[in-house]
Amino acid sequence: MSMGYGKDMRWLCGLLVLLVIAPPLLGNNYYLTVLTMCCLNAMIAVGLSLLVGHAGQISLGHAGFYGLAAYTTAVLSATLGVPVGLSMLAGVGVSAGVAALVGLPALKLKGHYLAMATLGFGVILSILFNETVELTGGPSGFTDIPRLALFGFEFTSDLAVYYFIILILGLVIWLSFNILHSRVGRALRALHTSEKAAQAMGIDIARYKLFIFVISAAFAGLAGVLYAHYLTFIAPASFGFLFSVQLIVMVVLGGMTSIPGSIVGAFFLTVLPEFLRAFESIEILLFGGILVLCMMFLPDGLAGGFDRLWRWVWRMLYVRRDKDQDTGEDTGEKTDQAGGGDHG
Amino acid sequence: MAEPTTGMKIETTAKPLLVCRDVGVRFGGLQALSGVNFEACQGEITAVIGPNGAGKTTLINAISGMVQAQQGAFRLGADDITRAQPHERSRLGLVRTFQNLEIFSNMTVLENVMAGCHARLRVPAWASLLRTRKSLAMEKTIRNEALEVLDFVGLFELAKYQARDLPFGKQRLLELARALAAGPRVLLLDEPAAGLNMSETQVLADLILSVRDHYRLSIVLVEHDMDLVMRISDQVMVLCFGQVISRGTPAQVQCDPGVISAYLGDDED
Amino acid sequence: MDLPSLLQYLITGLTVGATYGLTALGFTIIFNTTGIINFAQGEFVMLGGMMSVFFMRALGLPEPLAIVLAVVCATLLGAVVERLAIRPVRDGSPINLIIITIGISILIRGAAMLLWGKDTFALPAFSGSEPLSFFGAALMPQTLWVLAISLLILAGLKTFFSRSIHGKAMLACSYDPKAAALVGIGVDRMVLLSFMISALVGAVGGAILAPITLTSFDVGVMLGLKGFAACILGGLGNPFGAAAGGLILGVLESLGAGLISSAYKDALAFVILLVLLFVRPSGLFGQKDGKRV
Repeated sequence: MSMGYGKDMRWLCGLLVLLVIAPPLLGNNYYLTVLTMCCLNAMIAVGLSLLVGHAGQISLGHAGFYGLAAYTTAVLSATLGVPVGLSMLAGVGVSAGVAALVGLPALKLKGHYLAMATLGFGVILSILFNETVELTGGPSGFTDIPRLALFGFEFTSDLAVYYFIILILGLVIWLSFNILHSRVGRALRALHTSEKAAQAMGIDIARYKLFIFVISAAFAGLAGVLYAHYLTFIAPASFGFLFSVQLIVMVVLGGMTSIPGSIVGAFFLTVLPEFLRAFESIEILLFGGILVLCMMFLPDGLAGGFDRLWRWVWRMLYVRRDKDQDTGEDTGEKTDQAGGGDHG
Repeated sequence: MAEPTTGMKIETTAKPLLVCRDVGVRFGGLQALSGVNFEACQGEITAVIGPNGAGKTTLINAISGMVQAQQGAFRLGADDITRAQPHERSRLGLVRTFQNLEIFSNMTVLENVMAGCHARLRVPAWASLLRTRKSLAMEKTIRNEALEVLDFVGLFELAKYQARDLPFGKQRLLELARALAAGPRVLLLDEPAAGLNMSETQVLADLILSVRDHYRLSIVLVEHDMDLVMRISDQVMVLCFGQVISRGTPAQVQCDPGVISAYLGDDED
Repeated sequence: MDLPSLLQYLITGLTVGATYGLTALGFTIIFNTTGIINFAQGEFVMLGGMMSVFFMRALGLPEPLAIVLAVVCATLLGAVVERLAIRPVRDGSPINLIIITIGISILIRGAAMLLWGKDTFALPAFSGSEPLSFFGAALMPQTLWVLAISLLILAGLKTFFSRSIHGKAMLACSYDPKAAALVGIGVDRMVLLSFMISALVGAVGGAILAPITLTSFDVGVMLGLKGFAACILGGLGNPFGAAAGGLILGVLESLGAGLISSAYKDALAFVILLVLLFVRPSGLFGQKDGKRV
């Protein structure tokens, strides 16, 4: 299931190195914009993967948290003149706070009920973004948001903003891996499999569900504030139901329980429409098709599909012994004592 | 020796650790339990038996808080746990297993038991989030204790396998190990021998006895397998249609004519 | 507020509410047989309206024939969806099923957009658009059609479930699919049937509403969501609760739009949905608790 912590960290470092050296290779400013969007979407997808894949709680309203943070920081900084750093903090705070308020009653619901509650919440927010015209600018959008600036340093170039976003993305992924490789991560996976058994082990399931819901909303909020100050323009269309669904597709496509998978999913689904510009209209069909086919044939996503293929090949080769079960936790090297033994 | 239901004191030297008074559970129109008094002492195995539908599992559910009893009081040691949530009861030392296995199938055997340590060995969530030195040290402690428990139940060799890949009998042991890792004072075992073959049941019986003696626990055993119950229990309580019809030592209960007619007569022996 | 305008809101509300009710019925039928919430339900409502328009315009069919054909097509599509996408994964986890049905809804919506574009279409009213006066309020003949056909469907479903062997078998599946299979009920067939019936009911709702509210490829999302809100309002799993929930929701929405602000009309339904989910997930008339599934 989960790789060792060391392996995850190596993966993260590899990703960061790639992202750091990417801009000069891409050359063109347009590609940089796409890459930046990839990173922002990845940030949300990682949080959603914790919530959906690991804790087993669905949210169809995460675009709402993304938008809430974006509008909060936009209104605070552009309309009220609050310094950008502070307004960004407030944006993330509002998203997390609202998530806590909504999550408290909502996470008592299960399955379809939770899906509908989060969906309803997302739709309400999206209607608010559209209708509170004097605050948000309504459907035509909110313009002239100040550019990213922190501690007196203004990120004048897109490249500078990009590097800052990579930094935050790295932080988000690092925190997520930490959560997964800890007792918190175990508690989440436990309540995903059996709420009864988790309770019987003394795990306060309501608290952990709320915790991960708020964390994932905060990650979405982080992406939202960065998005607002990067583009300096936001419109409600970016934060609607369809984007919530796209986020879910990213997570599902990559493999719900895989952080790297959700990042790959986010990059793939962000880049794909750019390549499909010519056939703009079939983009939506493609999303639907990916969702359905993925859930039917690759319920654990691309990552899980490869994993299963690999295990199958391995079994074919070594029918009797399945040595490929690399499941040791963080300090994998030191647990060799618990290896071997007859199996099955 | 037949005993009427209420007000009976069980003759025992130990002080009861778990005390349930006048427990009543109703599901709609069905009275699943009524006026049940139940006690379990440290270092003893107390079995609850009865025909199908007698309310045995309901009693375990009520004790562990998974079903809210409409009536009655529960006390664990010095704590009144009548209103406590399931996870709070578990933290106070009331830990259960499940008749239909509820192992964490998406984790390894070791992680299952480590999850069992969750409430006992703790660090704040932010410490885990930031992966502080303290949280890492705790993680090591959790791992070592989990391995110790796995060794105790004989699953050490299988620690790194996926729990779902284990054969059924081993999964039962895993559930027991996970419960032990939670540091129970009272261990509730809901039909631990269900689905096990003869030799596996044998191993389980020895294991339950050694759990009792090694950890000095109070064990509450709900079980269908009469041989197992009669062999390892110190006290037996018989439920029928949600009421206690007899209690005492295995020998006493076996001779009780009421029990024989209600239960043993149409079951084995 | 005077009586005529109150009456006017009531009439508008009941008309729209009837469609919510039919959508909600579609949800209920599938949920009762399978425990699945079909997030694609709204798309069948959209298809009912859009295909009727299409058959009238492209094939030049008379309106009744076009509607019948549209409903038949939607019903068949319901069957196709069940066979291809639902049956292989029916026992999957709720999350997987939610995502699959969302995927289906996106596919249907996307296909509709490709076929018919993003324009808004109107279907002619069934019997003229000369309003009748009803205690000072304007009553469109189409409103009567909507209410009458909705009632007819409700009555038909009631007869189906309480009288016909198939209806009873479907109820049996909902109580205990294993036991139903043991007594020889083909659970697969019942699930297929439930998807077909709910697609049919949805499509009829879409077709009869289209002359009043116009239709386009993307009306399914909102209709679906409001249909679900109606389900929760009436208590999920209770068909008459669903129908009543739809009417109540429609009236509340219409009153809210008239008395408060029409801008937040859509938000109102969801606020009601959230409050109900949080406070009373069993709905106004339901007994099942929110933890089923």
